Amino acid sequence: MTHSDRLKEQILRTSGVNPLKCMRCGKCSATCPSYDEMEYHPHQFVYMVETGDIEPLMKSESLYKCLTCFACVDRCPRSVEPAKLVEAVRLAVIREKGGNRLHTDDIPAKLDDDMPQQALVSALRKYSK
Amino acid sequence: MQRIGVFVCWCGTNIAGTVDVKRVADALRNEPGVVFSAEYQYMCSQAGQDMIKNAIREHNLTGFVVCSCSPRMHEATFRKTAEAAGLNPYMVEIANIREQCSWVHKDMEIGTEKAIVLGRTAIAKVNLNAPLTPGESPVTKRALVIGGGIAGIQTALDIADAGFPVDIVETKPTIGGKMAQIDKTFPTLDCAACILTPKMVDAAQNDKIRILSYSEVTDVRGFVGNFSVTIKRKARYVNEEICTGCGLCTEKCPQKKVPNEFNLGMDTRRAIYIPFAQAIPKVATIDADYCTMLKTGKCGVCAKVCTAGAIDYTQKDLIMEEKYGAIVAATGFNPISMEPFDEFAYSQSKDVITSLELERLMNAAGPTSGQFVRPSDGKHPHKIVFVQCVGSRCAGASKGKEYCSKICCMYTAKHAMLIRDKYPDTEVYVFYIDVRTPGKNFDEFYRRAVEEYGVHYIKGMVGKVTPTGDTLRVQASDLLANKQILIDADLVVLAAAIEPDKSARPLATMLTASMDTNDFFTEAHPKLRPVESPTAGVFLSGACQGPKDIPETVSQASAAAAKVIGLLVKDKLVCNACVASSDEAMCNGCSTCERVCPYGAITYADKEFRMPDRTTRIRRVAQVNQAVCQGCGACTVACPSGAMDLRGFSNKQIMAEVDAVCK
Repeated sequence: MTHSDRLKEQILRTSGVNPLKCMRCGKCSATCPSYDEMEYHPHQFVYMVETGDIEPLMKSESLYKCLTCFACVDRCPRSVEPAKLVEAVRLAVIREKGGNRLHTDDIPAKLDDDMPQQALVSALRKYSK
Repeated sequence: MQRIGVFVCWCGTNIAGTVDVKRVADALRNEPGVVFSAEYQYMCSQAGQDMIKNAIREHNLTGFVVCSCSPRMHEATFRKTAEAAGLNPYMVEIANIREQCSWVHKDMEIGTEKAIVLGRTAIAKVNLNAPLTPGESPVTKRALVIGGGIAGIQTALDIADAGFPVDIVETKPTIGGKMAQIDKTFPTLDCAACILTPKMVDAAQNDKIRILSYSEVTDVRGFVGNFSVTIKRKARYVNEEICTGCGLCTEKCPQKKVPNEFNLGMDTRRAIYIPFAQAIPKVATIDADYCTMLKTGKCGVCAKVCTAGAIDYTQKDLIMEEKYGAIVAATGFNPISMEPFDEFAYSQSKDVITSLELERLMNAAGPTSGQFVRPSDGKHPHKIVFVQCVGSRCAGASKGKEYCSKICCMYTAKHAMLIRDKYPDTEVYVFYIDVRTPGKNFDEFYRRAVEEYGVHYIKGMVGKVTPTGDTLRVQASDLLANKQILIDADLVVLAAAIEPDKSARPLATMLTASMDTNDFFTEAHPKLRPVESPTAGVFLSGACQGPKDIPETVSQASAAAAKVIGLLVKDKLVCNACVASSDEAMCNGCSTCERVCPYGAITYADKEFRMPDRTTRIRRVAQVNQAVCQGCGACTVACPSGAMDLRGFSNKQIMAEVDAVCK
């Protein structure tokens, strides 16, 4: 089993997504509010995970542009749930050694009066080990 | 004592690949009653059948077992073989060592062992088999077609053409179905009404066809050749015999605000109405939900203006009982509700419409008299977006329908082409997942839309539609350009999935016809018996069996008619020989069997019996009508005293089989 096979299996397991259910209609990308911010779009996440081409996804800033709004999950006619794949790839990155995207020390600098505390908690959960 | 022959079939490598057929034949030779055992490559071939016939003669066989494929495949074949050699056909048993053995096992040892057990079981049964003679039942030479769309009309016309009377039962006030609502037909672009209405007239004028419009089937009893059907003729409050269809009442009725279902609610009609100009029968119908006279007793305008005196506010639903030899289900389809797909803003904007609504919008007899305008403001649309596969090809019932609705790719190409042809000032976009156009001249048609008419086909789905001011903002994927695009459209057309009509499920229950999970009727065999239901005497026509376009519907309708004619030309039907019979000495007269019998085959009669003490006693006992019994066996299970038994599948035979398996 190659490294990329292992990565793929890990991502499929943590996400619970079966990319083979995808019929390539692109409704996920049609519905995505962060589309223009993303280098790899939701439908590409599904296809690239299916083909095992995961490392480019792990290096991409797209992982942190996904709002996790789940519009793609809601509207996918085939119940593929692309946002869960994005989440799983993101998890794979932050679980790597030194993969922390957000350190508690950074938080005071980011504080601003309009930001709900819950956003910070959620960001910590999402971006740090 | 029986003299039994055993014939083990190789079925090429189908069986012989995983079952040691020689060992099976050798093992079964020693079973009680067996006097001959052999194996052969193809028992069903002429040579194989001859081998059986010779063995019957040489060894004076009284019965035989064929270890081969499922009895559904070749039981009839081998019964005929037995009959040709002078044996009663019911002295044959099939041991299914293919579907139930060789095809499901990979290990030769296990497969062979199981094949021997299955063969031994069949032998145990033949030891107790008795010759059976099937009865006969008469055929009512008349057919019922349920549904008066193009499928039902075509089936009825073809049956009538062969000389048999047919009734068409249609729930709507007119026949014509969905095709009457369609503007043009693909791939020839001829007008739907121009080709449908002559057929409707043919049906009306054919003296073999009776059209029961505004009627419903409420009960079906009986069996193939002898159905007894209850039909409710709903009160239309107009005497059909007298009404001339002049339409004066429909102009004078003061109740003007009834949504017009023929135009899918895009305009209104009166409370008394004729659905469309070419309706058949062309008689008015009063909509009881809206008629002021029927609701409050005050009005009566239609009765006043009717010169023929056809209005009858006192009319009641009429229940009629009719007898038929065959029944054809032709209940058709409907587009699904767009409610679960609110991302397309169907409920938020009048300018988001379904394809069937577009048909009415483009039709000269439609709500806009054929003017292609936006429903919201009556303005001519310049940018039109078509969305394919709305509710089709979805995973799971919560999302939509799992199947492809089959007709959408072609009608969307048709719509796009017609709009570009008539209004060259428009831009037309079609968002597709796949373009599926198999069919004669179908792909050429779609290519013409792209190449000659300049329709923009974009691979990708629409994500959402947002009504913004005057226009509809369409956010979609262009997968080939890897872009998300925005189009400010004037009109959005949704290719809604189609589903079977809601009346199909209760009808299937009445007919004891099976359905799939999507409520489409199931055919007896998906390839070889596509127009028959597994229930004898029930046939399938049109979209009630699966999504279909018009040419396919008409082909299937004619095929169903051919099957009906094949049944109605027979004077007698050979019944099932494996019917229930009651042992009167054991029957306690409890009526349990009568209650469970789905065919009404069991009646009770008082009968005189001699008692051991030489007195006589009158007892109530069950009697089975053998022409009506279908051999389902429900009564044999329900009978508390064990008096009911099924011929050919008696309790003794079944127990002997179980014993043989467990030996």
